[in-house]
Amino acid sequence: MSENGTPTLELVGINKSFGAVHVLHDVDLAVYPGQVTALVGDNGAGKSTLIKCVAGIHPVDSGRIIFEGHDVSIGSPKDAADLGIEVVYQDLALADNLDVAQNMFLGRERKRGIVLDEASMEQSAREVLARLSVRTVKSVRQPVASLSGGQRQTVAIAKAVLWESKVVILDEPTAALGVAQTRQVLDLVRRLAETGHGVVLISHNMNDVFEVADRITALYLGRVAADVKRADVTHSQVVELITTGRSGDLGLAPSTAAESI
Amino acid sequence: MSTESPQPAETAEPADPAEAVDDTIGDASLLTTTYADTDFSTDTRVQTMSTAIDGYVVKLRSGDLGALPAIFGLVVLIVLFYGLRPETFLSKFNIANLLVQALPVTILAMGLVFVLLLGEIDLSAGVASGACAAVMAKLLVDANQNWIVAVLAAAVTGLVIGLLIGVLVAIVRIPSFVVTLALFLGLQGIALKLIGEGGTVPVHDKVVYALANKYMPVWLGWTLAVICVLGYAALQLLRWQRQNARGLSRRPLALVLIQVALVAVALLGGAYVLNLNRARTPLAPFFGGVPWGVPLVAVLLIACTFALGRTSYGRHLYAIGGNAEAARRAGINVTGLRVSVFMVCSLLAAISGIVAASRLNSVTPDAGAGNTLLYAVGAAVIGGTSLFGGKGKARDAILGGLVIAIIDNGLGLLGAKAYANYLITGGFLLLAASIDALARRRRSATGR
Repeated sequence: MSENGTPTLELVGINKSFGAVHVLHDVDLAVYPGQVTALVGDNGAGKSTLIKCVAGIHPVDSGRIIFEGHDVSIGSPKDAADLGIEVVYQDLALADNLDVAQNMFLGRERKRGIVLDEASMEQSAREVLARLSVRTVKSVRQPVASLSGGQRQTVAIAKAVLWESKVVILDEPTAALGVAQTRQVLDLVRRLAETGHGVVLISHNMNDVFEVADRITALYLGRVAADVKRADVTHSQVVELITTGRSGDLGLAPSTAAESI
Repeated sequence: MSTESPQPAETAEPADPAEAVDDTIGDASLLTTTYADTDFSTDTRVQTMSTAIDGYVVKLRSGDLGALPAIFGLVVLIVLFYGLRPETFLSKFNIANLLVQALPVTILAMGLVFVLLLGEIDLSAGVASGACAAVMAKLLVDANQNWIVAVLAAAVTGLVIGLLIGVLVAIVRIPSFVVTLALFLGLQGIALKLIGEGGTVPVHDKVVYALANKYMPVWLGWTLAVICVLGYAALQLLRWQRQNARGLSRRPLALVLIQVALVAVALLGGAYVLNLNRARTPLAPFFGGVPWGVPLVAVLLIACTFALGRTSYGRHLYAIGGNAEAARRAGINVTGLRVSVFMVCSLLAAISGIVAASRLNSVTPDAGAGNTLLYAVGAAVIGGTSLFGGKGKARDAILGGLVIAIIDNGLGLLGAKAYANYLITGGFLLLAASIDALARRRRSATGR
């Protein structure tokens, strides 16, 4: 996995307004294959809006989206999925009454003629979970309702991986989890990157960010305050970037930071 | 969630005491790879009969009752009515009568299963069946049409009614309860207008009349029963063999064989009883056989079971019933499917109306009104379909339809008064709904 290769997904100068409210100001973001990019920022910093632009839920006002070196436009969730961008939302999109394999293939079932190809789906689901070294799921024929929060998050992430996705965006994957389950999910996030995916991790939890991220992009009131390697910053610097938009010589110029308010 | 349950998801029995200890640790045990059943152990381990039975008991205790309440109800009712009316209730005459009695309610319930799967309700299905039957009867009698034309017209009427409900529910977003309550009144008006107040349209068409009043030749009844048994056995065994060969999760072979044997006993036993000579005097010509309506229900059962269990259409219905938002994000056309279930339901209602018209030899303005719909909803729920959506099978309609028909039939044999009939059937529906609600609470408590 290249440390400094070309980004799989690159956003350049993204602007987005909702009516009179300018939510994103010239935002740049780069997602590299094999790396975890943490997207941090306070509530209202624009993280969710940025992700929804990438996922095709909101159109961008201006700016370029470059995917694997080509300019693309993403107009719908389907466009994003076709490119290989999968978003795992915070409120997991799983149906409780279906089993693990059924959920992983939901909406994209394999068929022979009009008959569902259960055998092939079951095998593939197990292969993907095994490839991600998921060891906590007893059976892919287990209903999702019987899984713990961490296991559900695992299934939701594995579902995203099933589709030969290149970029996986995780929206607060550990927000509702206990200690042990957070551990499971963070391990999985790391393995996603090791298997060559470009991973974007949105999180409020600095411990999680410092544990798994390779790069950290901090948003402050709709602007990128800093895009740094994890190794180059400390915990408190990132917290400062999130809360004030600057930290020492990092971050927005004082005038810009003040103007945003 | 398993994290809150005292014994986290133990669908597979721990193989040794060490694992059993792990199970009780609960949350912390998820941390490491020493967790009791990991790495799809339940998928790869060959299930024995005893672990399968243990798994089933766990499933029952966690509120996933399946067909058990319906089968329990069937047995209790049969024993009860047999005890009270030993000479008539289980006679070959009454069994044939009972099956014909169960036909309309079963077909209607099968349509309702689709609607209930999405957590919706169709209160107008009963009167829709009556209105469709009125359309058919008018075409047969007044316009002198061929039965094919009349039946097709009834089916199209059903589809149009379903489309109207579906559009109002899924696109205009009116709660289905309100839409179908309005249609419950409106469709009775249409039936009344078609037939006229106090009128009755007799149904004398040979084909329609035969559905509930004629019987298959003995050889055909036996042949179809044997074909069904062999087909079912082949399907189950082939699937098991394929799962076994590819190392997929599967049930023990013995369990599959027992299930096949039960189905065989039920089908062949039914064929035997129905093919007995029911002629009243020894000198009269042979009278007996399987009613023609039974293979009709069998075809509908197979078609609905296939659609719900083996196609992406059915899978998507379950997904919407379980979590509509998840289904939408997975790219499923939730609106379209929501419209479709009301069309399926009203189409099956039309078929049910035709069978009911055949049984009564006529259509009246109040056909399908009264307790028809409640019987059908009761049948679906007693059979195991949840009123909360996401859970249900086509076979639920058969089991529940039989329960309802037995109550109706048995009370008739006892000479119960009409008020008692209403009270008892209403009570049964409440009982079934309570079991459903309690089982659901249990399911969410144990995370199932």
